[in-house]
Amino acid sequence: MDIFTDPTNIDAYVSGFLWILKLTGASAVCALVLGVLLAAMRVSPVPVLRGFGTAWVNIFRNTPLTLVIFFCYFGLYSTLGLSLADDLNLNNFWLGVVGLSVYTAAFVCEAIRSGINTVPTGQAEAARAIGLSFAQTLRIVVLPQAARSVVAPFGSVLIALCKNATIVGTIGLVEASTVMKDLINSYGNAVILIFLVFAGTFAAFLIPTGYFFGWLANRLAVKR
Amino acid sequence: MTTGEPLIVLDSVNKWFGPLHVLDDVSLSVGRGEVVVVIGPSGSGKSTLCRAINRLEPINSGTITFDGRELPAEGKALAKLRSEVGMVFQSFNLFAHKTILENVTLGPIEVRGEKPAAARERGLALLDRVGIANQADKFPAMLSGGQQQRAAIARALAMQPKAMLFDEPTSALDPEMVGEVLEVMTSLAREGMTMVVVTHEMGFARHAANRVIFMADGKLVEDAAPTEFFANPRSERAKDFLSKILTH
Repeated sequence: MDIFTDPTNIDAYVSGFLWILKLTGASAVCALVLGVLLAAMRVSPVPVLRGFGTAWVNIFRNTPLTLVIFFCYFGLYSTLGLSLADDLNLNNFWLGVVGLSVYTAAFVCEAIRSGINTVPTGQAEAARAIGLSFAQTLRIVVLPQAARSVVAPFGSVLIALCKNATIVGTIGLVEASTVMKDLINSYGNAVILIFLVFAGTFAAFLIPTGYFFGWLANRLAVKR
Repeated sequence: MTTGEPLIVLDSVNKWFGPLHVLDDVSLSVGRGEVVVVIGPSGSGKSTLCRAINRLEPINSGTITFDGRELPAEGKALAKLRSEVGMVFQSFNLFAHKTILENVTLGPIEVRGEKPAAARERGLALLDRVGIANQADKFPAMLSGGQQQRAAIARALAMQPKAMLFDEPTSALDPEMVGEVLEVMTSLAREGMTMVVVTHEMGFARHAANRVIFMADGKLVEDAAPTEFFANPRSERAKDFLSKILTH
């Protein structure tokens, strides 16, 4: 058994998971920014913005991620000619980040909105009553309190995002699951071992992530 | 007491919650420095009336004028108007994630752009005035109800409002804490603050109010000086209401 001692395989393994980490990191940042904006739209007093936020969530939350990623590649790139990088791998990476971000933003938005609903309406009323604007009320009073009840759901969204990142393999990025498939093709006698190593690597990253967010949520819990 | 043009004017105000007519053709004017106490059975629309004055409740028809200007629609102008009208809620609504002092200085710093150091100094003076300067660095949940409500009054006063609205400020308090809040309100009234107070505290209405408004079923039924209202209520509704609350 020289699968996991062969330097070529180790390089492939490491680079596969590095792509997963990069996809997760970049998409998490984009999805967070986008998700906060969408949530602000969904609670805003402006009907057009509310409609836009609602439409976004309904479209992307109810479309399979595979379709979203395929659309980024075949729709945005192949058909509409949107190229995000000259390097083929980087282009696929950024197309993947776009797909993962717009999809995950819908879940981030809903997590934030449910968090906003845990903040008593009196908090926003008191904020408006001293003359804070809608944006100030959200930024200074509502979101900081919502954030604390949003931490735990964010953990779940992040974990799902990390696993979803493997779907970018379908548009040609050699990330972890693609590396695994290639290794299985080369080492048909070690399928179970290969599978366990890759699944174990995901678990080794994600189980502590889950516990970390749980711990953070408890630490930040708001006193009432 | 009253000088010049009235500060708050409601003219034929109507509001519905679905089929429920919560404000039925209400007209009222409150002069500068006047203390108006609004009483009435629950569901009579008195809280809605109070909340309509700074447009926390939008109205369906009629006009509300504050300091000579009609209430603006949602936006910057409304935020400015609200900063000039202090509001005290039944459930205090102190910002749960901010300390007592931060609650008081938030408006001056964020809305008025005051320097934090100056706002802090003024905030501490206000907390001292309502008797809770020693609680400045605690969070709201660590204070008693009475202390929280006094902090909420200090938060409203920090904006140097032209008028103060009180929406049942003592209804959520344990009985032994009602006095400390009423004391602060009474001293405010004496200093000439324009106040609209929705309350069930008849003692406060008697000794601190210039006028008592009695509401029932969304209508403004009586508007009289407290001595006159408590001694000779004109309407049957008011007589009935007073007989129920004053015999115990």
